[in-house]
Formats: sequence, C-alpha cells, structure tokens
Amino acid sequence: MVKLTINGLDVSVERGTTILEAARFFGFPIPTLCHHEGLSPYGACRLCVVEIGKEPRTRLVSSCTYPVEDGLVVRTSSKRVVRARRMMIELLLGSCPQSKVIQDLASAHHVSQQRFRQEHDDCILCGLCVRICKEQMMAGAVGFRGRGEERSVGAPFDSQSDACRLCGACMYICPACQLRCTFNQPEKAICGGCANLSPPCIEKEKFDDMMCYMSPCVACEIKK
Amino acid sequence: MKENLSLQEFNSLRKQVKDVYPPDVPTVVIPAGTCGRASGALNLVRAAEHEILRRRLQETVRLKVTGCHGFCQMEPSVLISPEGTFYPKVKPADIPTIIEALLAGRPAAELLYHDSPDGAGIEKQNDIPFYRGQKRLLLSRNENIDPLDLYDYLRADGYASFVSLVSRGDPRAVIEAVKTAGLKGRGGAGFPTGTKWELLAARKNGSDKYIVCNADEGDPGAYMDRSLLEGNPHSIIEGMLIGAFATGADRGVVYVRTEYPLAIRHLDNAVRQARETGLLGKNILGSGMNFDISMVKGAGAFVCGEETALMRSIEGRMGEPRQRPPFPVQSGINGKPTLINNVETWANIPVIFEMGPKAYAAIGIANTGTKIFSLVGKIKNTGLVEVPMGAPIRDIVYEIGGGASGAAAIKAVQTGGPSGGCIPARLFDLPIGYESLSRAGSIMGSGGMIVMDENTCMIDIARYFMNFLKGESCGKCFSCRKGTQRMYELLDDISAGKATPGHLDLLEELALVLKDVAMCGLGQTASNPVLSTLKHFRDEYIEHIDNKRCPAGVCKGLISFTINERCTGCGVCRKACPEEAITGEKKKPHVIDLERCSRCGSCRSVCKFDAIDVR
Repeated sequence: MVKLTINGLDVSVERGTTILEAARFFGFPIPTLCHHEGLSPYGACRLCVVEIGKEPRTRLVSSCTYPVEDGLVVRTSSKRVVRARRMMIELLLGSCPQSKVIQDLASAHHVSQQRFRQEHDDCILCGLCVRICKEQMMAGAVGFRGRGEERSVGAPFDSQSDACRLCGACMYICPACQLRCTFNQPEKAICGGCANLSPPCIEKEKFDDMMCYMSPCVACEIKK
Repeated sequence: MKENLSLQEFNSLRKQVKDVYPPDVPTVVIPAGTCGRASGALNLVRAAEHEILRRRLQETVRLKVTGCHGFCQMEPSVLISPEGTFYPKVKPADIPTIIEALLAGRPAAELLYHDSPDGAGIEKQNDIPFYRGQKRLLLSRNENIDPLDLYDYLRADGYASFVSLVSRGDPRAVIEAVKTAGLKGRGGAGFPTGTKWELLAARKNGSDKYIVCNADEGDPGAYMDRSLLEGNPHSIIEGMLIGAFATGADRGVVYVRTEYPLAIRHLDNAVRQARETGLLGKNILGSGMNFDISMVKGAGAFVCGEETALMRSIEGRMGEPRQRPPFPVQSGINGKPTLINNVETWANIPVIFEMGPKAYAAIGIANTGTKIFSLVGKIKNTGLVEVPMGAPIRDIVYEIGGGASGAAAIKAVQTGGPSGGCIPARLFDLPIGYESLSRAGSIMGSGGMIVMDENTCMIDIARYFMNFLKGESCGKCFSCRKGTQRMYELLDDISAGKATPGHLDLLEELALVLKDVAMCGLGQTASNPVLSTLKHFRDEYIEHIDNKRCPAGVCKGLISFTINERCTGCGVCRKACPEEAITGEKKKPHVIDLERCSRCGSCRSVCKFDAIDVR
C-alpha cells in the first residue's frame, strides 16, 4: 500500500493506482474528458490536472496518468488547479460550443463566457475513439494524423478501413463531438444502424433539411 | 588492417599513426561543414588540390578538409596550420597566392582578416576578436581532424580516455568523475549528467539498457550539434562508449534529423570505422564489453527532440510525448531503461577525461565547462561561439559578436530557441548559466542566440515563434495545441491593430496557465516567447494596443510609408513597388498611395536617399 495525502486527508491505496482513481475513490471529484476506465490513460485533455508536491515547489500534473507515490501531497482543487481548469474549459468552449458535455462542464465550473474568437469544431482530439478501436475492439481502424493544428482523427486516406467492422464503438464513446450522421454518404458511414429501420431522415432528399445529428439519433436509440 | 583489435594492438595502432605523421608539416586547412560547403568551400578544396599537384608539393604541403570551425560569417575560409594564419572569404583564385605565401613562410597580407575597414590585417586566427574571447574546448578540435579519418582522431589522442578507463575497469569511478566535473545536460534542461548516469547504472536490468544521443536539433537558427557531428563524429562515439562503460548499457542509438545529410554521412562512416577497428561490437578491444550504435533518422518533427517523444519515434511510432513518470531511466525504449543525452553533452565527455574532471570543473562560474552558442541575427560576426559558463551576454554580443550589424542599436537577444525568451540589452551583464537565464524568463535551451536590434518588433518576434510552435506542437495535449493557436491568434490581432486591452490580459492569463498545465517540456516552455516579451517589453505591447503604433515599424497593420523631401525622383522605388502604389514625375518627389500600399517595405529597402519614412 502507498500512503499519500489528498486535500489534507491521509489515505492509503494500492500501488499502481493513479491519483485520479485514488481521489475519486475517496470522493474528491475531478473532471475528465479523455479518460475512460476501460482504456489506457492518455492525459490529453488536461482537465484532470491536480497540484502535487509541497510548497513552494509544487507543480501541476494530469492525475489520470500519474501513479501514486509514498508521501505524495495532492490538492485536487487548489486555486492554481481551478485557474488552469477553467482556462481549459474556456478553450474547449471556444472550439466546441455546441457540445452538451462541454456546456455542462462549463456550467459546473462557473465558466460563463469565453473570450476567444468563436470556432465550431466537431472534435477535441481526446483520442477516446482511437483508443477504444485499438484497445477494446482490436481493430485500429481510426488513428491520429498530422501534428499541431493539422492534427485530426480519421481512417487511412479518409476511406473506410478494412479493419473497421462498423461496430460503432467510436460513436458510442465520443464525449464531446456530435458527429453529423453520415448516412447519405454510405462509403464514409460508420454506424449504419438506421438503414434497418425507416426513420424519416432516411430519404436522401429530406436528410439535409432535417439537420439530423448523430446524437441522439432516433434509429440508434431504438437499436439500443 | 586487422579487424577487432585487442587492447595492446589498438594502443600500438595509436602510436603507429602518430609516428608516420610528422606534426609540423605546413597544412592548408579548409573547413567544409554544411555552412562552408554552402558558400563554396569545396571549390577551394579543388583549387588547392590542383595547385598542390601543379607545383608538385604533395610531399611538403598537406591539405586537410575539416568540419566547421565556427566563424560562419567568413566562410569559405582557409586556415594555415601550425602557424594559425586565417584567411576569410577566400575565392578559388586566391589559393595560389595563399600557397605561395605559405611556401615563403609569410602571410599573404592582402587576404588577411580586417576587423574594421581601415584596421590593419590580423594574421593569427587567435588574435581575431571573434576567436580571442572564446574558450574553444570542443570547437578547436574540429580544426585538426578530418572527420572521415579515424587515424586523424587517434592522432589527436582520440579514444585515449576510453582506453585508459576501460583498462582500469572501474565504471563507478567514471560516474564519480563526471559528477566531479559538474557537467550538466547541454540539451537545455540542465540535468546533472553524472546523476543521470548513476540512475541508469543502478537499474538492475543486466546490460539490456539503451543510451541515446539526441541529435534532433530543431531550433531555428541553431546548428551547434550539426557542426560537432560533422566535424568530430568520433568524439560522440567515444563519449557514448564511456557512457556505456559507466552504465553497463549495450545498445546505443543516435537520433539524428534527416535534414543533416552530411552529419549522417560522417557519423555513419565513423561508426563503420569504429566497428571495423573493434571499438564497437562484441568484446570491445578484448575487454569483454559489448556495445554497438545504430542510427535512427528523424522525420522532421520538432517535438521529437523531447525525450519521451524521441523514444516513441525510435520505436517507430508517432512522435508524441507522454507524461513522466515513468522516466526514461525507469521505462524507456521498448520499456527498457534508457539514458538520453544531447550531442554536446556526449562531446564533452572525452574532454572531461582528457583534461581531468577537476580541471574541467574549474572552468566557468556557477556552472562548469563551456557552452557553444550559435550567434545569429542582427550581429556583425555570426557563427558558433564557445564560451565558459558564466560569461556575460555582453561579452558574447559585443566582443565576440562585434556588436550590431547595422546602424540600429542592439535591443535584445533571444536565447533557447522557439521556447526560449528574450533578454533585453539592459540585462546584458547577466552571466550565461542555466539558473540565471531561467530567472530572466528565458532558458539556456540547446544554445541558439538570436540578436535583435531596434528595428525588430518584439510582438512580431513573439508572433513568429508562436507560429512555429503552433505548427510543431504534436497536438496530443489540448492545452498546448489550442493554447499555442490561441496565443498566435491574440498576437496576430495585436500586431494587426485589432486588439483591445482585454487581449493583453487574456494573453497573459493563457500563457501562465499553459506554462503550468501542459504535458511536456515543449508545451510548458511554449509560452516563454510571450511571457518574456511581456515581462521586458510590456510598453511595446501597450503601444500597439492603446496607440495602435508599432515603435519598430514592423507590424504591417500599424505602419504607413511616406516619402519625405529627400526624394530625388529617381524612380527606383516606383519600379520596385509590387502594388504600383508609387507615382510621380521624374526628378520630382514621388508619392505613395496608401490605399494601394501593402506595407511590404520594398521601396524602403531600395531607396538610396533614406527618403522613405515609416510611421
């Protein structure tokens, strides 16, 4: 067992546990976007940052990737953490304002405005879809491409990968983006569940008018 | 040559190569690193070969082609050794004169270096101000060594340190010596090298460990590592051999960027020679030690200079960092303990053992040893300069660098590459060191030093580096990817005159958070260009935002060009203007149509009468 202090509380947890798991176990909430229990930790969204170390030599680390150490002092909502977290949420709102998950996060952390130039991205590149496809579905049909501002998630050469089994796991796990249903482009479609039903949007002429979004898709919901 | 020599055989080889090579034969040394070649050094080599053959001097004059000596501004140059006569900017047609003077035992006075236009010619290289102020522990070695010739390195007592350490057989003492020398990582972060080695040596993993030479030098305007690899590749191999001996690792990797073809060629050749001689491979020199070096070429991502990204790239995966711990020494390449040092760190190792760790530790103030900087920008003498730690920036800029290249005074230097910071001229007494630079809001980095004068806008500089960083961020962690994009956007607004005071607050807040929250070293230092310019040049930001004015006359959105009464109506600017915005009759003052003007500055650069004002 490893002994550490979380928000002043002395606790002991099993070796190999991450700070995030330990903190959540003892009831300290830490927001996350790119973390999922069944997948390897990734540390990309930086929402789960916590402050570790003793004053004045403290630093912020992502709690989802940091294994607990003996004598570690952790603060999950110090001033510094809150400031960083709120800035991250503000950046997220600036890129993906339409996502309900991000709106809820902003509301929970009292972020009421965002001061950047408004963008409308679909994806925050959290990598959950890439990881679930590889680690749980053993397919590896989607991956990251490019770097910096060019980085994106997709299948090789933008066409459906042979490794893809249309399982829909990527759609299921996506926390933030609300991918447009792509049924009217069947060569790119990933889910395809609605093809077995007859929702009103299935006719191609009506599709564009209805502005149907994947989540919540009536057909998909019925299939569940 | 017999392969896989034993220790005795290798020692006798070292003696042999010295015996058959009288040291004081007059030698024409032509530095032909990448910089030299770009300015035509190979033409000099051909001219010198031709001249030596024509005069049948093969027995009396030696020709040596080496790596870069550091004074890149004066390339292509020729050095006559052992006298040390230096000829700058030599043309192939000058070679006969130089050789004639060499035979006559005098310098060719008309070709010598002049520090100022009316000054007397300076004969000896070491009397030139650029070289005089330096302490060239590493770079001076490039002058005597043909990088393609193992024997040349052996003649310069190469591999002597390694041989004596191996025959003593005490790895522990090697680590202690490196610690005594006080060597810190030259890649930028400044972690004590001895401690790093100790951590790797302590890992109980047999010899299943990696040591890596990080030669992914991606900072714009920095080329220290390139010149070491090109000019003295065997010293890197010797450094890694000593490291392998001390830590018990049996696999070495050099991660070098593909953009350095000459360095790759020289290193590849050196590794092959070392392998043939038995310095690499199994049972090295009969000592029972196994070690070999392989080379991995980087594909051009700046972030792969970060150690965790570098390891992923070596494994053949996408180069992106991960959070530490686990540190490379715990779990590195393929999960094996790994030690990563920069090229310059490795090159320092043989030097430490040659001069003795205590003597090495005596060099420098606060930190030990020397550091190579690549001095570029608005400065008279550009090139590689090697100074002892603790030398004030003032000495580097004004004495070695010779001060500003133009009429405008020097305003600041930018150290540490894109993620470094700017240090204003009023802080030039600051000694060079890891801690002192970091206190001033910059970093040592790998050693880039860009000099800026009063015609440089600090917002424009910050914007330039942020543009670089937003393209080179790996994009994995949201804070760095989006943070650099947003900082660029804010800086772009400021330089375009579209900013409000809120921009400045937001920029500062974002920069401070990014420093805190990013995953890797690149992200954590990515806000340095913004934070350091904000710290030292806040008034410039305020001038841009409140008065919509760019004091340096750089930011296109905030300046306008006008023609003053000095205009003679020569019409040169009218022809140069790409927008056809300049009109006027011959011999009468011209006028710029501000509606059409795109603020490119072409007119100003061609005007001979200083008749174009920027506001």
